Amino acid sequence: MPVARSPSCSLFATPSFQQAALDRGITRRRFVQAALALPTIIALPACGSDDRKAIKVSRTFFSAREQRFIEAATARLIPGDASDPGALEAGVPFFIDLQLAGPYGRADRWYMEGPWASGTEQQGYQLKETPAQLYRKAIAEVDAYCRKHFNGMDYADLKTSEQEQVLHDLDEDKIQLKDFPGQAFFAILWQNTQEGFLSDPMYGGNRNFAGWKLIGFPGPRYNYVKEITEYGKPYPLPPVGLLGRDGTRIRS
Amino acid sequence: MAKRLTPVDVVLVGFGWTASIIAQELTEEGLQVLALERGVDRATVPDFSTTHIQDELKYAVRGGLFQAPVRETLSFRNTRDQHALPMRHLGSFRPGAGVGGAGVHWNGQTWRFLPDDFLLRSHTEARYGTGFIPDDLTIQDWGVTYEDLEPSYDRFEYLCGVSGKAGNLDGTQQAEGNPFEGARRRDYPLPPLERSVGSLMFDKASKELGYHPFAAPAANTSRPYKNPLGVQMGQCTYCGFCEWFGCGNYSKASPQSTILPVLLKKDNFSYRTGCDVTRVLLDNTGKKAKGVLYRDLKGDEYEQPAQIVILCAFAHHNVHLLLLSGIGQPYDPVSQTGVTGRNYAYQITSSVEVFVDELINPYMGAGALGQAIDEFNTDNFDHGPEGFIGGGYIALWTTGGRPILQHHLPKDAPKWGAGWKKAMAENYLKSVSVSTHGSVVSHRGAYLDLDPNYKDIYGNPMLRLTFDFHDNDYRMSDFLTDKAEGIAKAMKPRSINVKKRKKPYSIVPYQTTHNTGGAVMGDDPRTSVVNRYLQSWDVPNVFVVGACNFPQNAGYNPTGTVGALAFWAADAIRTMYLKNPGPLVQA
Repeated sequence: MPVARSPSCSLFATPSFQQAALDRGITRRRFVQAALALPTIIALPACGSDDRKAIKVSRTFFSAREQRFIEAATARLIPGDASDPGALEAGVPFFIDLQLAGPYGRADRWYMEGPWASGTEQQGYQLKETPAQLYRKAIAEVDAYCRKHFNGMDYADLKTSEQEQVLHDLDEDKIQLKDFPGQAFFAILWQNTQEGFLSDPMYGGNRNFAGWKLIGFPGPRYNYVKEITEYGKPYPLPPVGLLGRDGTRIRS
Repeated sequence: MAKRLTPVDVVLVGFGWTASIIAQELTEEGLQVLALERGVDRATVPDFSTTHIQDELKYAVRGGLFQAPVRETLSFRNTRDQHALPMRHLGSFRPGAGVGGAGVHWNGQTWRFLPDDFLLRSHTEARYGTGFIPDDLTIQDWGVTYEDLEPSYDRFEYLCGVSGKAGNLDGTQQAEGNPFEGARRRDYPLPPLERSVGSLMFDKASKELGYHPFAAPAANTSRPYKNPLGVQMGQCTYCGFCEWFGCGNYSKASPQSTILPVLLKKDNFSYRTGCDVTRVLLDNTGKKAKGVLYRDLKGDEYEQPAQIVILCAFAHHNVHLLLLSGIGQPYDPVSQTGVTGRNYAYQITSSVEVFVDELINPYMGAGALGQAIDEFNTDNFDHGPEGFIGGGYIALWTTGGRPILQHHLPKDAPKWGAGWKKAMAENYLKSVSVSTHGSVVSHRGAYLDLDPNYKDIYGNPMLRLTFDFHDNDYRMSDFLTDKAEGIAKAMKPRSINVKKRKKPYSIVPYQTTHNTGGAVMGDDPRTSVVNRYLQSWDVPNVFVVGACNFPQNAGYNPTGTVGALAFWAADAIRTMYLKNPGPLVQA
């Protein structure tokens, strides 16, 4: 079941001054001051519904069609339901959307000058595409591949078992996309999915600490001077995030 | 035309560990010292505050504190017959940028190399015969001995507040310490950190096998500590966010937590950030440096005159600058001539993941909280039957349990899907990793030079790395991994996952930031860039300091030795060079 949010929720419309400030690399103190002044950083789970249209509200990078793909694919990578949250319940598509819209999606820190050549596996990433461009191209091509092989259906409309098979085929490099191997896309999709499931909830994923609760990580708790020698004893406190305990506030 | 600035006595390129130590020492002589740092300014507060630094995504995964390849990177190939391509994002190693350098985001594992490490060629030839060393290995002695460096190691350990237990005090063995270490004049300044569950398991298993485990030396303070400069450090809280992060608790030694509070108050010290040094400027004889050329963030070019130029940047950057400036003859792997860029080496690592029944709580940890054995390091065992040179330590580190990058999964666990999720739930709290940390020999085919195809942001040729591990190192690493597997099995696990280092070397997966060589030290100008005091043979008012000085890499983390070399070079400048500027060693 996709996690969606009703249109009445004014979801994470990042104020432009805040984004500009982050891009300039303002200090944490100034950012916190700015953030505290903003009513727009709100609790997401209050906005639960199954209205697919509502997803548009929170998209900053993906198109509606791309969003359908990313929800379906991440739900296969980390499946879940309401009682045992997976990627969808944890907000992973939302996380990836925000990441691709930001400095990571733009490969701001990467060396992206030519000349371009395909190298050996040991030489690493040599594609011209930024992560955002890679997703954009790959999703279109995987959907096209699915339409060709599955009676005109997009990836999101395939049966669960078929969706899984397409992911396996990408992972095993059995699907060649136009500009790069399918494996290149699978690798980044799986990496970003894990990030969204296991990073601090302030990035939009790991909602309600779904990922941390699954594995037993209590979050950045800072002080274990007493507990470090309490061998074999479970840690008693619930997870906490950098922005607090509810784990629902978002920072870009 | 570069703007010419007011001359200083000493200009330092970079402002990490080595620059901070040397600046502190040389300002004591009354010299006017200036450090030029390419990255941003950083202080414990606000930059490493615990309110935001414990962010795995931002710092560990996205690399918030590291060098950004968009500004500086290198090209890479395994062998000379390949076409080198740029490292477009960081992988195998993660140099720092910004004030404090990689000294901000390291773990704090602070080793001394063994006496034999400094005499690797002569010791190996003496014990095993000259034929034991393959022809294509260019390993050599350092030109300094352990005994020379002992006082400098001591100063670095006391500066940092290293937690540990001596194994050899003035030649007398000490219980619970490393029985193989070189003689030290006094114990570590602080007792070892508390043990983690994993450390205790490793300790028990390795003792059962007849080894001598000890608490690894940690620049994470086990107690509150005031260092000899009067800087106060706080007790480590085992928060599990050392490596890739700055320490907000003043517990992990860094330039910020040990030196800068004193250094930055001095009138005869200054530093500038956002300054990319692109050349060491030589006079028309080519034998004397006039200063350095740098660009600020706007791209404006400046000439900074100085009497002494000291290269204190990361290993790669120091070598790049030497090559661009024409200091030292560039190494030519075909003719086997030249020195600059020669003897690049690295670190070879492997691990055995261990899945146990005990609750580990891996997130309670510290960067250098570990239990180790040294039976298979350097020449602590008979290499004759093994047929390779070198070795390494085997340790169980409890550095933290950050969820994205620090989880272990059994070999048969599915890579994704419901099975992955189940395996994550079952194993995160109940797994540890026994790791090996091995030496790397230098050889003819491993070197740094200027790339003919790729340019940096200023249009200068990019640095090119040509490297693969030598067969010697793969064999050594497999040997270590087998021993680690033995310890892992003695921990009576549910299952283990042996992860050997595979051929060839890849720049993609993270391994270590222990890149060495390229500007090696020695006592022969035909095989070294700098003399035993880290002074350029060719341009005596240029010193080069860092892991780039290592003629080959030992089986330990490098920072203890890098810190010791910085004190060693500063001492030579203070006590010898200033009295009589010129070559400290006659070639």
